Amino acid sequence: MSTFLNLLAYGLADGAILALAALGFVLIYKATGVINFAQGEFLLIGAYLMYTAWVVMGLPMVVSVLVGIVAATVVGVLVERLILRPMVGEDPISIIMVTIGLAMLLKAVVQMFYGTNPRSQPAILPTGSVSFLGATLPVNRLLVVVIAAVVLTAFTLFFSRSKHGIAMRAVADDQQAAMTMGISVRKIFALSWALAAVSAFIAGVLLADLSAVDQNIASFGLMVFPVVILGGLDSVPGTIVGGLTIGLLTQFVSGYLDPGLATVIPYVVLVLILLVKPYGLFGETRIERV
Amino acid sequence: MAATATGIHHRSYESELRLRATRAEYFRLALMGVLLVVLPFVLDNYWLSIANTILIAVIGAVGLNILVGYTGQISLGQGGFLAVGAYTSAILTERYDVPVLFAVVAAVIATAVIGTFFGLPGLRLKGLYLAIATLASQVIIEFVVRRDPGGLLTEGLGYIDVARLNIFGWQVERATFEQQWYLVLAIITVVAVVAARNLFRTGLGRSFMAVRDQDIAAEAIGVNLTRAKLTAFAVSSGYVGLAGALIAHYTEIVSWERFTLDVSITYLAMIIVGGLGSVAGAVYGAIFMSLLPVLIRTAAQQWGDAVPVLKDQLPAVQNALFGAVIIAFLIFEPRGLARLWQRAKDYVRYWPFRY
Repeated sequence: MSTFLNLLAYGLADGAILALAALGFVLIYKATGVINFAQGEFLLIGAYLMYTAWVVMGLPMVVSVLVGIVAATVVGVLVERLILRPMVGEDPISIIMVTIGLAMLLKAVVQMFYGTNPRSQPAILPTGSVSFLGATLPVNRLLVVVIAAVVLTAFTLFFSRSKHGIAMRAVADDQQAAMTMGISVRKIFALSWALAAVSAFIAGVLLADLSAVDQNIASFGLMVFPVVILGGLDSVPGTIVGGLTIGLLTQFVSGYLDPGLATVIPYVVLVLILLVKPYGLFGETRIERV
Repeated sequence: MAATATGIHHRSYESELRLRATRAEYFRLALMGVLLVVLPFVLDNYWLSIANTILIAVIGAVGLNILVGYTGQISLGQGGFLAVGAYTSAILTERYDVPVLFAVVAAVIATAVIGTFFGLPGLRLKGLYLAIATLASQVIIEFVVRRDPGGLLTEGLGYIDVARLNIFGWQVERATFEQQWYLVLAIITVVAVVAARNLFRTGLGRSFMAVRDQDIAAEAIGVNLTRAKLTAFAVSSGYVGLAGALIAHYTEIVSWERFTLDVSITYLAMIIVGGLGSVAGAVYGAIFMSLLPVLIRTAAQQWGDAVPVLKDQLPAVQNALFGAVIIAFLIFEPRGLARLWQRAKDYVRYWPFRY
């Protein structure tokens, strides 16, 4: 029972971070139709931005979070403006490749500044543990779940209530109709990249706090694909369900069966879903002859 | 051809089907031939080893271009398929004493079969979904060769030692290792490239292109989509398997590090930089992307003292340049080096007019 509860806590924490990472991915896909292979690198950039502001520059923690968010926004907007906008209307292969190139570039830039050795950063979240039903559960992982829940709720509210959020949904739904209603599609594109970068920043900082500030954060980004395929590429609730499912699945497989198998099991799930239900659990089904 | 020629105009089906239409193209072919023959005599062992790796990369890139550039099915599973070819050939020669020639052929067939299997999702999926599906195939194959379940592949060693190449008694010697390998690789590469070039003069090759350009229209004029797509996966994977088997025998060691996702991305970069949907483009791209790290390394040795970041962070600088090259080509010249070459020729031909 205690193993089960432990794995549950670890899985939920992983799943919560995955959901945040996947949220950024889905935002970009929904609004701009771009498959972003650089999502993991956005997490990486986020973690290192926080490290730079907090540890290297010695700013207070709250200020460095704010600085990080602003910097992440700038990175997101710049990427959209300089790299993705010239690619509008190109075929999917080119767009996928440009984000792969971007991923290599971002990762290499981080490596040029900070090398490959892990950097030590003081813990952001309290590291103690609580006893619950005979299991000792790490506090920071529970807090990660709470933070992710708050952020995801905030994003959901943003989409359903705020003017910009509704404009983003309108663009995702039908770009031309949105344009005729006076929505600037360009601004919405930039906004979605900025929001994706911010959600990736939060995910990256949380992940770095749980593990370490190093290059492995980027490889976490590849796990976004099983999550979004499971939840549906264009579904925000899908990211939560998908993230939690994949997070729990990997933790349970690694706890009860084999840690090595846990790295590949999400992709097996991915292939199965693609074969059975390619649009995922909550994705919009598009009828298309292939 | 007159100086003011406006382009290549075909007047009969025979001329349209010809591989080379102009005298300049024959000249270029002759130049390439001379270059291939002269290279082993002018290069030292270091540069010849680079030439050999380039030749192997050309085979892999041409194979990938058949799938991605000509049939329009994106694949991120190149590294995995290379691994299938390499492991098949290495295991057959080392453990079952199969002659190299047969082992390589078996590796080609095995990779073609596995590639076709992972191409099955391509029947239902397009574009980005297919990219993700092939990404999964890469991760799964990489996992299998890395974990090596039950020591099935490497007998628990984690790598396979491959004996020096010996084709029916023709032994590669230590002293002339690179030269002999150059001979083998040059012959195989030329055959592979010519075969690929000719494939697209046949009905099958043209059906690949029809699938890429408009799959629904292709089906309407009688192209069997299922067959065309699966054949494309098989042919392409066969090429990749050949490249993998050659890597195994040339480097004489097979281990999983050589077949990661980065390899898949490098190969995709080759065909994008070279030019999607062009055999010559795949060749240019393979040469360019294989020479790039070598040049960066040379530059680092040359100016490493003046620009310390070059020396200290060499892999990072390489990756950054790789990424930047991919992005720059996609934004500024999506049709790659092959198209740049075309434009340079046109510029000279029409000078002083712009077009």
